[in-house]
Amino acid sequence: MLEYISIIITAIFVNNIVFAQFLGICPFLGVSKKLSSAVGMGAAVTFVMLMATTITWLLQTFVLVPCGLEYMQTIVFILVIAALVQMLEMIMKKVTPALYLSLGVFLPLITTNCAVLGVAIKVITDGLNLGQSVVYAIATAIGFTLALVIFAGVREQLELVNVPRAMRGVPIALVVAGLLAMAFMGFSGIKIG
Amino acid sequence: MNKLSIILNGIVRDNPTFVLLLGMCPTLGTTGSALTGMSMGLATMAVLICSNIVISAIKNFIPSGVRIPAYIVVIAAFVTILQMLIQAYLPAINDSLGIFIPLIVVNCIVLGRAEAFASRNSVFDSMLDGIGIGLGFSIALTLLGAVRELIGTGRIFGVALYPESYGSLVFVLAPGAFIALGFLIAIFNNLKKKES
Repeated sequence: MLEYISIIITAIFVNNIVFAQFLGICPFLGVSKKLSSAVGMGAAVTFVMLMATTITWLLQTFVLVPCGLEYMQTIVFILVIAALVQMLEMIMKKVTPALYLSLGVFLPLITTNCAVLGVAIKVITDGLNLGQSVVYAIATAIGFTLALVIFAGVREQLELVNVPRAMRGVPIALVVAGLLAMAFMGFSGIKIG
Repeated sequence: MNKLSIILNGIVRDNPTFVLLLGMCPTLGTTGSALTGMSMGLATMAVLICSNIVISAIKNFIPSGVRIPAYIVVIAAFVTILQMLIQAYLPAINDSLGIFIPLIVVNCIVLGRAEAFASRNSVFDSMLDGIGIGLGFSIALTLLGAVRELIGTGRIFGVALYPESYGSLVFVLAPGAFIALGFLIAIFNNLKKKES
């Protein structure tokens, strides 16, 4: 149990996917202008990351390794993620049209979200078992959502501030992200178990 | 289009990092020093040139409905080849770049150039575009790595310019990546505005 709590705390705060591992920066900068879209993106990423990590872990353990095809990892994983996103889009369109309309625009973007592929590869290289991998994927996605929501909140306020001309837009947003990363470094001393 | 202008276009006017703002993850994640930044830039450039050539060569055979998955497979194949080559011949670089080598697959620059340039231009022009954009990316990463290494540890490419204790370590760590890139983009914006 302690082991799982340690994974959760580490993935959300200490080793935050955006601020410490630099994955998923494109959606982090792209869809953080409004708080509501940040929450939607976070939810979509959480779902895809959980599904993708579970399926790729099973594929790696029961198909790729027994067949000696580990070198196909990158190709197989990215195809799984692309297919999954496509399938999710079709299923949601049929089953939950309301949710589809609110998440719809973000779904295709997730295929090229390097956080999803990054987590799928990382649980393999770190040698986690299935339970740990699933927990790690959920916690990482929560960490991503947390970073996105905090950042979107700050950026909404930035609209009201008079920023030097050259710094407007992305540069000032990056500096803000830097300050947030510094704040998250404060967690780096935490150790559980 | 003039052949030389295709290359220059990728370095200045369409610079992937400072203008198009693509491929931010490796830009921030691998620029702890000038050397790692440069090796990431060159690795991406190798994949970009190869995938641009192949995609431009087979563009007439791919049905437009499945073109994105087809591009991704081509890119993933080259990334896998590159990953195996780096693991075999440059293990030190493999250790320092780590997970960012397989993640070249989801680098928006590579897929973006396949869609925006290689799918509608000749093989030779696509190769030049790959060289230009790749060089632009490598230069940006090397520059960011050099700035972070200099301010953080007082060195560039491992050559000491001033004592390490005067450096501000935060620039080598995560926050410095965001802040240094923010200011570099601001400087680039300012230069471009003065020119026009």
